[in-house]
Amino acid sequence: MFSLDLLFEATLFGILLGCFYAAVSLGLSVAFGLLDVPYVAHPALLVLGSYCTYMLSGLGIDPILCGVLLMPVFFILGMLIYRFYYETFEKRGSDAAVRGLAFFFGLAFIVEVCLILVFGVDQRTVRASYIGSSLELGDYRFPYRMLVAFVIAIGLTWALTIYFSKTFNGRAIKAVGQDEGALRLMGANPVNIKQLAFGIATAVNALAGAMLIIVGPVDPAMDRIYIGRTFCVVVFAGLGSMSGTLVAGLFLGISESIVLMTLGASWAPAVSFGLLLLMLGIRPQGLFGR
Amino acid sequence: MQSWKFFASCLVVLLASLALCLSGVNEYVFYAGFVILQFIVLATAWNILGGYAGYVNFGVPAFLAVGAYTAVVLFKFMGASLSMQIVCGGILAGLLGLGVGLLTLKLRGIFFSIATVAVVFILETCVMNWPYVGGATGLQLTRPSGLLLFPSYNRMLFFVMAVLAVGSITIARYIQTSFLGRGLRALRDSEEAAECSGVPTLKIKLIACTVSGALMGMAGAPMPMYMSYIEPTSTFNLSYSISALGMPIIGGTAHWLGPLIGALLLGGVQQVVSVTISNELNVLVVGVILVLFVVLAPEGILGLIKKCKNSSK
Repeated sequence: MFSLDLLFEATLFGILLGCFYAAVSLGLSVAFGLLDVPYVAHPALLVLGSYCTYMLSGLGIDPILCGVLLMPVFFILGMLIYRFYYETFEKRGSDAAVRGLAFFFGLAFIVEVCLILVFGVDQRTVRASYIGSSLELGDYRFPYRMLVAFVIAIGLTWALTIYFSKTFNGRAIKAVGQDEGALRLMGANPVNIKQLAFGIATAVNALAGAMLIIVGPVDPAMDRIYIGRTFCVVVFAGLGSMSGTLVAGLFLGISESIVLMTLGASWAPAVSFGLLLLMLGIRPQGLFGR
Repeated sequence: MQSWKFFASCLVVLLASLALCLSGVNEYVFYAGFVILQFIVLATAWNILGGYAGYVNFGVPAFLAVGAYTAVVLFKFMGASLSMQIVCGGILAGLLGLGVGLLTLKLRGIFFSIATVAVVFILETCVMNWPYVGGATGLQLTRPSGLLLFPSYNRMLFFVMAVLAVGSITIARYIQTSFLGRGLRALRDSEEAAECSGVPTLKIKLIACTVSGALMGMAGAPMPMYMSYIEPTSTFNLSYSISALGMPIIGGTAHWLGPLIGALLLGGVQQVVSVTISNELNVLVVGVILVLFVVLAPEGILGLIKKCKNSSK
């Protein structure tokens, strides 16, 4: 049952899946990796993005376009969340870590339950011409929905890498992640920069949410399994590295796809959490850690 | 509170719950009461690590489920008695706590919390793929007939849970007032400073992990018998985490009374909401109240009472 051919197919599928995992983790890589905010509500907002896409696509808009349209809304939402977090927790200083964690955990549950109350627990999907069909190359079949996610994922990672290394604001965000005090001495306001970064992280999450519902059906409790996947990718990558996020996503995607093909779907959820726990136990600073 | 007063009130509570069990009160009281008492144990156990030491455990259902599934295996394998199920469930969950503590020694803040979430999902996947305990579909259990002097099985479970609740509060109170509590508080404020001042941070952290895990496991062990059924999705549900963490934070994490107050209040509200409106809404209630308290009253209800007393002086 186990052959090289199967392994090759699993790897190919894993690469597509991995790029998708990298894309859904990019926002967290900025919010948690660069800014050190315990953002456990990230997967819940990802699923919220999916449901917003579902609602908009009901009007006949293409799901990818929905994701792009949602980005400004999520950008503002992200800025508001960070401002609120800063005013209530970061500013107060001591013991804020525990409460900040509890706050984001509570927020995740509120989002999840609200989605259940509005949409019910059923799975939702969107329709588009590229969902359901697949590209056939020789013996291998690549579903277009995965290819779409793959292209967007590569594009997003590339755009963020360029943004963080070439633009003024991008570099400022990297700087605030490294040394907040020094930034303040240079006459910049770290809080505003962090707020901008958080907005970007959440905006990226909106597009990632659109991809999530393109790749497969979505239900409100899905954020729980994505806690494992997104944090696994971010911790593996070493906090805050965009290209590292892509590599870590690929690693997770390939491992998950190999487990899927050899042991079966029932073991798949343990892969991301297992890798995460292993990484936290052995090398918490990640593969590309500072 | 003075020791003799504390133990006297413990005794009174136990006698009162025993009397309640033997009286002719409606059976539903025990059904709902069991859940609230279970939350008292979970909240108190969570607070030993989360409140005193500042390590936020999101993995409450993992420990709970280890207790529950240990009980199921023992019951199915050799028809073990309830007391044995609880003791073994506690021991195994305690070992899991020790293991989690050892694995995550160097982890702080969110890293520790995420690691505990990972433990929940890994164990859930294992149980799902373990046909002996019912796998993903679950397992129906027949309650044994031994009732001692109690009129019904639910009443007996209620009393057992009351004993566990009183026991866990006694342990939490002891930890709070002993060197352990002082050490944990020191380590919460600054781990380096505590270590430098001669606090054996590693040792007391592991003790706290183990005790907290064991108590959660003991709270989980009677669960299969309570529902006569066990199934992984509801047993490993993360809503246990939000309740077990919300209750101490709402009550106040600094004192053993905090989790008790939080669990009584929130557990009561949850029972009312899930009966009158819906089950989903009761998680929402916990989430919203938790966020409100975290933002507006970080010290919880105990903190509010203290503030009122100070301002009236």
